[in-house]
Amino acid sequence: MDELLRLLKENALETPRNLAKLLALSEEQVKARIAEYERQGVIRGYQAVVNEDLLGLDRVSAVIEVKITPEREGGYDLIAQRISKFPEVDSMYLMSGGYDLLVFVKGRNLKEVAFFVSDKLATISGVVSTGTHFMLKTYKDSGILMTAEKEQERLQVSP
Amino acid sequence: MKTPRNSYVARHLVDVPRSGIRDFFDIVSSRKGVISLGIGEPDFVTPWHICEAAIFSLERGATAYTSNLGLMELREEIARYTERVYRVTYDPRTEIIVTVGVSEAVDLAIRALLEPGDEVLYHEPCYVSYGPVITFAHGRAVAVATRREDEFRLTRAALEAKVTPRTKALLLNFPTNPTGAIMARADLEDIAAFAREHDLIVLSDEIYAELTYEGEHHSIAALPGMKERTIHLNGFSKAFAMTGWRVGYACGPAELTDAMMKIHQYTIMCASTMGQKAALEAMRSGDADAAFMRKDYEKRRNYICASFKEMGIPCHIPKGAFYAFPYIGEFGLSAKEFCLRLLDEENVACVPGTAFGPSGEGFMRCAYAANLNNIKEAMTRLARFTAKLRQ
Repeated sequence: MDELLRLLKENALETPRNLAKLLALSEEQVKARIAEYERQGVIRGYQAVVNEDLLGLDRVSAVIEVKITPEREGGYDLIAQRISKFPEVDSMYLMSGGYDLLVFVKGRNLKEVAFFVSDKLATISGVVSTGTHFMLKTYKDSGILMTAEKEQERLQVSP
Repeated sequence: MKTPRNSYVARHLVDVPRSGIRDFFDIVSSRKGVISLGIGEPDFVTPWHICEAAIFSLERGATAYTSNLGLMELREEIARYTERVYRVTYDPRTEIIVTVGVSEAVDLAIRALLEPGDEVLYHEPCYVSYGPVITFAHGRAVAVATRREDEFRLTRAALEAKVTPRTKALLLNFPTNPTGAIMARADLEDIAAFAREHDLIVLSDEIYAELTYEGEHHSIAALPGMKERTIHLNGFSKAFAMTGWRVGYACGPAELTDAMMKIHQYTIMCASTMGQKAALEAMRSGDADAAFMRKDYEKRRNYICASFKEMGIPCHIPKGAFYAFPYIGEFGLSAKEFCLRLLDEENVACVPGTAFGPSGEGFMRCAYAANLNNIKEAMTRLARFTAKLRQ
């Protein structure tokens, strides 16, 4: 992957000036490349990684394994797109193995998620079965540990 | 009764000064909230798969001594590694010894070679221990200054000026701590010709070889006619972020390896078994870790060099290791005064160039194996500090 993208994935707030210094490029070059990535749709957005467990929100997250019947001419994509448009769906992947789609959903409470599954998801034509798993605790999200480990002591000056 | 001595400490040891780093460390340790660019070790934790392999070995009860030379399977991996990466072939049975860090390997090599009064050439500014280790072995440490104009590369002309009939060895460290200098193949060929002509053994400390950012690292042992007169010294500390494990190694002609083994056997016995198991894992599947860290250091290097440029502080581009060595001579302060004032006024710790030998005067060492946020903050403070000095 382009080092510029790698740096932005690590910290999307890094300024173009600093990015330029890190990559030995000019600030204009960095800005132009970011703009190009945005135009191409390679960069699709910038978000903060939030540890929601610390916020005491009454929210639940679930992962749903969905089996579907692929449609003629549409394959998996048509049904998948239909499901992915629901605002409850946070992220979603086509999988190999025992089921077809892995759907991450968020809701205010268990009831809301259950309603989404039974009323909206399961009733879509082509959906054969669903298996819902509720998440209990987040340890790591987007490559970031949710509990900071104590930094190991190092000598302040060493040869 | 015998008259009491003034001191019981061996004379040749008394005359060796304490490391300049140590003095500076004491000052820095007495302060709070210091941003340190004085740390000569990776800021990464050892990759987890390496730690896990060591834990597994403990669970399996691998807690006994190993062979004096080190675990055979580790020596075999080292042989494969040096062949693959440095293009030199060593026999793991007779030409490789595993040591307690590359520091011990340097000491063993020096002691195996020197008789009292023998001279060793080494380039300076350099890692703090070379001179003292030679002195401890009753040798004469002969420093050869390298210059900013040459990007701190070692030249044959500089060596010719210092070689004598007593010169027995030449100690190299490229990429260099503290200058980040590297040697291109053509540069090494000159040095190799010099070593052959004067019949010198070359001790090549290549601990930073994996951290080469521009061009390819060349090992002098790989040049024609050099394997038989080179001791290749290396370790796991820098490439795999394993400083605390203390595992290094030396590869060289069987006769010399055997002599080193003799000292090692009677003084150390063997490198720690747990450390050797971790090193084995690093050799077998640590390439990706080393590559990842190198990329990260490279970006920090770019940042720090760009910052010096903005400040108008001359700094040659370090092509290896993780140190920048900017020239701070324009401010009319000695390197030590500069660093002390920087510490006092901005709470930023950099190491005065003189800690690495007198030819380091006018320079300071800034290690960029530090957290990027700390580097950014240190550069902001340094810019403020130098602007104030220029007023």
